Amino acid sequence: MSESRQFCTFYLEGLFFGVEVDKVQEVIRHQQTTPVPLAPDVIGGLINLRGQIVAAIDLRRRLELPARPAGQAPMNVVVRSDDGAVSLLVDEIGDVVEVEEQDFERPPETLRGVGRELIRGAFKMKERLLLLLDTEQALRAA
Amino acid sequence: MSEMDDIIKEFLVESSDNLDQLDAGLVELEKDPSSPELLGSIFRAIHTVKGTSGVLGFPKLEAVAHGGENLLSKMRDGKLRLNTEIVTGLLQIVDAIREILRSVDATGAEGDGDYQAVIRTLAELLERETAKANHEEDGEPKLLGQILSENLDVPEDAIDEALAKQNAGDLRRIGEILVEQGTVSPGAVLDALKTQAVDAGSQVSASNIRVDVALLDKLMNLVGELVLARNQILQFTASQKDATFVGTAQRLNLITTELQEGVMKTRMQPIGNVWSKFPRVVRDLSVQFGKQVRIEMEGSETELDKTIIEAIKDPLTHIIRNSIDHGLEMPEARVQVGKPAEGTLTLRAFHEGGQVNIEISDDGKGIDVERVKQKAVERGQLTLEQAARLSEREALDLIFLPGVSTAQQVTNISGRGVGMDVVKTNIEKIGGTVDVHTVPKQGTTLKIKIPLTLAIIPALIATAGGERFAIPQVSLLELVRLEGDQAERGIENIQGAPVYRLRGHLLPLVYLNQQLGLSRSAGDEIANIVVLQADEHQFGLVVDEINDTEEIVVKPLSKQLKGIGCFAGATIMGDGRVALILDVLGIAQKANVVTEVRDRTAVDAGPRHTDVVAGRDAWLVFTVGGGRRMAIPLAIVSRLEEFERERVERSGTQMVVQYRGAIMPLIDIAERISSDSAGAGREKLQVVVYSVAGRSVGLVVEQIVDVVEQAVVVEHKEQDGMLLGSAVIQERVTDLLNLDALAKATTGQEMRA
Repeated sequence: MSESRQFCTFYLEGLFFGVEVDKVQEVIRHQQTTPVPLAPDVIGGLINLRGQIVAAIDLRRRLELPARPAGQAPMNVVVRSDDGAVSLLVDEIGDVVEVEEQDFERPPETLRGVGRELIRGAFKMKERLLLLLDTEQALRAA
Repeated sequence: MSEMDDIIKEFLVESSDNLDQLDAGLVELEKDPSSPELLGSIFRAIHTVKGTSGVLGFPKLEAVAHGGENLLSKMRDGKLRLNTEIVTGLLQIVDAIREILRSVDATGAEGDGDYQAVIRTLAELLERETAKANHEEDGEPKLLGQILSENLDVPEDAIDEALAKQNAGDLRRIGEILVEQGTVSPGAVLDALKTQAVDAGSQVSASNIRVDVALLDKLMNLVGELVLARNQILQFTASQKDATFVGTAQRLNLITTELQEGVMKTRMQPIGNVWSKFPRVVRDLSVQFGKQVRIEMEGSETELDKTIIEAIKDPLTHIIRNSIDHGLEMPEARVQVGKPAEGTLTLRAFHEGGQVNIEISDDGKGIDVERVKQKAVERGQLTLEQAARLSEREALDLIFLPGVSTAQQVTNISGRGVGMDVVKTNIEKIGGTVDVHTVPKQGTTLKIKIPLTLAIIPALIATAGGERFAIPQVSLLELVRLEGDQAERGIENIQGAPVYRLRGHLLPLVYLNQQLGLSRSAGDEIANIVVLQADEHQFGLVVDEINDTEEIVVKPLSKQLKGIGCFAGATIMGDGRVALILDVLGIAQKANVVTEVRDRTAVDAGPRHTDVVAGRDAWLVFTVGGGRRMAIPLAIVSRLEEFERERVERSGTQMVVQYRGAIMPLIDIAERISSDSAGAGREKLQVVVYSVAGRSVGLVVEQIVDVVEQAVVVEHKEQDGMLLGSAVIQERVTDLLNLDALAKATTGQEMRA
């Protein structure tokens, strides 16, 4: 018998990512961000989350993907961390999906670079692969 | 059971207050042993602890407190004279009680500490000191009995019965016996004990209540949110015309401000709350080291935010330990150098410019700067050459490096080289600064500056590169706006370093856009200069636009952003967007304002052997070739200019240049003094323009170094012409130019020409 787990999913440059549902505080639409000069460039800025100031990490930059096309507003996936809430900027939000533990596989050795660092593995879903994002690593910006 | 838990909890809270009073009281008593009020209040405090612990069933605690009480009751009855030994014994009792209470708080039990030794010491003391006097009964329980019968309608015969039991050899306290007899409830005994403790003292308790700090924190946060909402409404109001609405918004504004002040006040505590434990610390340490120390406190009523009070407690204790351990000398050594045997440690606190200043000074031997340097070199934190180059001030700052200590001997109190670095870090964490001043043989002063509160601060909102930034008002000195022609000419350059003359002094300018890597949005026609104070230095921060001042709520930055160093936090503006709060000191450091200028005051610290004191003045320092440094008083300088070599013409043998519609002679200093030319082989000449008898004269120099404000001591007087002499400026030998002689020589030459 295998256990099933729930993931909050989102898209980045056509890739399908997931983070454990219990790590996600909330998902919100595009917010105005305040850029932080001199910050590492993965920092997309600061957003006002109901009076709380939250740093936003641009996952495209973090994963070294091409920059988001102009005019496309990112969405916020706010995750909990030891250091308080942090927002992940993504292209689009997907559904919450339930996957079986047995469908998980670690990434192949051929995966190198930043991907190896941030992707813990993939769930083999029917139509596509759900990439499991290592949020702790992703938040370790700079 | 739960009633019992509540009672225990209350007992713990109350006792911890009592113990703090005891510490202070005992030390006070040592100075004034004859004060019956003091003795009375100390006795009551111990007695309450003893009585309560008996009722609640903490036998160890009771035994310890009983030991103390016995001694105190003899003293109160005048059968015992106070001495240092007794005070030490009593303080040990207080410590033991504290330890047991801590254990009760943590585990609910008394713990397995053994306090027999303490009790025995005290008993022996008691026996020895009262050897002459008779061993009297302890009449004290009657007091409790009286209260019980008067206030709580406890039948007198029940009390008499209990007393009879006691007299018959029952060792339990009267409250216990009564509780056991079922005459009174434990709560009633506690109340009686409290009455007993309070009686002589304060009616204050009636008008005070205890509030959980967490609740205050929550209130503070809510007020913070309210302030933000108020700001948003005010911004919206500006575009509204409805009189009722505008009026209501105004009222909301006022009420919010008042509420904010009120809530802030609830969190304010006098610094005396922390200081009150220092007499005890000082006493213990001075006994331990065999030193005589008197502690003096000024301004203990100065109020500070509770969180800040908490944060400075440990750093202050550490500084005091340091002062006593290696600041103050042994009594004999003090007498030898003509100081009173008793050293003085002074704590001062006062408000200034929205900040709290705390100064801790001792009249000890001062810090041996050479030894600090040596230590740092030994530890490999500095090379010998670096150490030699350090100014006195920089060398003193070395004591804040981890591992540096000037203690010859490592004691268990200090000298282990951990400490001052932690002190500095802790104080900087709350936005404060620490400074050391020391005078050999006269003592050391540590100056701490900390903000009043961390939560809500007034700030100036400025724009740079299209973004808003909040600048804490604490650092703000003034605003300067230059328009049109002024903006172009008002900002001058010293070798690429922009400066502005602010009332005759050169103010280094820092462009916020450049520092933060932002694009420049405004043109050159307007310059907005925000004059700021960083550390002890001023600089002008040039921003695109100055918006407004606002009360902002400081929110911390997340971990990912803490390393940048230019931001103190972030806040939410009226429109709901986030703005960054500038860390003025951080920006000054990034722009080298602080390190560079730090040298300026460096030499002031130690007076040198005086020959001629030229007074504290601003000096323009420059080089004239071959690394030779020279200085002239800044006051006579009218401008700093740069001329293309082609513009230099000759009038006879004199170099001249056309300047502002007149002919200005140029003097190449190097040429006059040696044979080299400072301007030789250069495309552009650096010229210092000054005026003599209404005429402008230009000095050709190699490079402008700095503007230095310090008292200059002329050490080598030279009478031969061009030089007044030499002085040490910024730790380097600098020649002072004799401008009169120079001018005479020039005009003479002109006449010949």
